[in-house]
Amino acid sequence: MIYLGIDTSNSPLAIALIQDQTVLMEETVNLKINHSLTAMPAIEELMAKAGIAPDQLTHIAVAEGPGSYTGVRIGLTIAKTLAWSLKIPLHMVSSLKVLAANGQFFDGLVCPIMDARRGTVFCGLYEGKSLEPVLDDRHSDLKKFLAEVKSLNKPVLFTGADLSIHENVIREEMGDAACFSTIQNRLPRGSNVILLAQQSEAADVHHAVPEYRRITEAEANYNKAKEGSA
Amino acid sequence: MNKDKYVLGIETSCDETAASIVKNGTEIISNVVASQIESHMRFGGVVPEIASRHHVEQITIIIAEALSRAGMEPKELDAVAVTEGPGLVGALLIGVNAAKAFAFAHQLPLIGVHHIAGHIYANRLEQEMEFPLLALVISGGHTELVYMREHGDFEVIGETRDDAAGEAYDKVARTLNLPYPGGPHIDRLAQSSDAAVKFPRVWLEEGSYDFSFSGLKSSVLNYMHNAAQRGEEVKPEHVAAGFQNSVVEVVTAKTMRAAEEYGVRQVIAAGGVAANKGLRTSLEAGFKKQGVPFYIPSLALCTDNAAMIAAAGTVMFEKGIRSNMAMNGRPGMEMTSWNK
Ligand SMILES: [Zn+2]
Repeated sequence: MIYLGIDTSNSPLAIALIQDQTVLMEETVNLKINHSLTAMPAIEELMAKAGIAPDQLTHIAVAEGPGSYTGVRIGLTIAKTLAWSLKIPLHMVSSLKVLAANGQFFDGLVCPIMDARRGTVFCGLYEGKSLEPVLDDRHSDLKKFLAEVKSLNKPVLFTGADLSIHENVIREEMGDAACFSTIQNRLPRGSNVILLAQQSEAADVHHAVPEYRRITEAEANYNKAKEGSA
Repeated sequence: MNKDKYVLGIETSCDETAASIVKNGTEIISNVVASQIESHMRFGGVVPEIASRHHVEQITIIIAEALSRAGMEPKELDAVAVTEGPGLVGALLIGVNAAKAFAFAHQLPLIGVHHIAGHIYANRLEQEMEFPLLALVISGGHTELVYMREHGDFEVIGETRDDAAGEAYDKVARTLNLPYPGGPHIDRLAQSSDAAVKFPRVWLEEGSYDFSFSGLKSSVLNYMHNAAQRGEEVKPEHVAAGFQNSVVEVVTAKTMRAAEEYGVRQVIAAGGVAANKGLRTSLEAGFKKQGVPFYIPSLALCTDNAAMIAAAGTVMFEKGIRSNMAMNGRPGMEMTSWNK
């Protein structure tokens, strides 16, 4: 069994190849390069280095979002097209859970966050030992979410590539309960995409769509206007 | 005899998710288009983020449908051609990344196609091209006159300096409270009108093949505004006819003058607005008088589709042009010749 794992949901690019119980190769690039340009060449190169031809792949694993809308779509488009073309199963996993896996075995809770602008974040909360979700993945005002996290009275490990943007607010709100991942543990890993996706059932490839966790601005405005006129 | 060439085309530059298989660049084997018009209608225009969300939902379904309607397996294909630009960036890159992944999975050659070149080559699916040739590409996104000496040679001799013709149609339609997309409604009203408001013709400087439609659009808006202030009733069909007459007269005259100056052997029209009855009738009459063969593809090939991308891609494929895995969607892609 050979799995290809892909995560392009935020600015880092994370890909990996796992054969049976062996991580063959893994690559994380954090250079803020356009995924549309670089994801396929990176996959092509990774597979060439590992000496694996496309038709040797047996499974595709992908981070389904949330994250940058465009980023999530690039990874998912590549993953579903590969899975469909090669007639192999597609497995999807929350992009937040992929980050949470960096804090696995932490004695407490793990809180992955991604910046979503204007003081908002995409965030989730996971049990450190099991990576079971404690609170659902969501798009939220950061302070509002932190209040909910704090009320659980447990130590919390924060992670995510954008953590530095929100570190001060988190310290203010959480005090001593907050721990922060070291920088290498704030980036997604392709191997974690695969290991987590292995636990999920295969998706319906043709109908696989990103988990945006937020409606579009156009729809939000449209709904608001409709409510206003009702 | 050379072996037949089968090319898969993929097009996602705006609000249609499309895939098609074309044989030898001239014969449609299958042509599938999923239009999103209904989702965008309530917003009165295409919302880029929503277009991108639809493309990712549809893309593999549409490609699979194109293969199954053709009764073909991917291994029977010779190449994959995809719209590289111009268009909406988020929309383009769904097609581009799907094409890259598909080409990689099946180890097929990949070709990035310019959307306008695609519109021009749509004609070749119904009528062989004769050079030198003049193409009028007129749609919601483009208004261009392109001169071609031979396959793959493009010289843009005129283009719009502001709005595309189709954009002006949509905006005028909105002020007349016609539903989106407005072009066909204006065309229908204009056809049935017994009179026309006199709006200006925008010729720009002498000899120019460029177009400008924003001034005409403003004239229409001013006319509506003034009539409303005076409490006069406006007959929408008179406004539609006046607007359409101005567009048709200028576009026909410039296209005819270019055809004459460049001494072309064939004139072709392409793009959604080329399906407009008023424009079609005027161009047909003009070129009949001028004695130059003139063609417009059928409606399904005028609007965005993937057969046109496969048709252009086939000619590029035969010229040995290839893209690689680093191809990106290019929203502002320039039209460059590939014959050099
Ligand atoms: Zn077009």
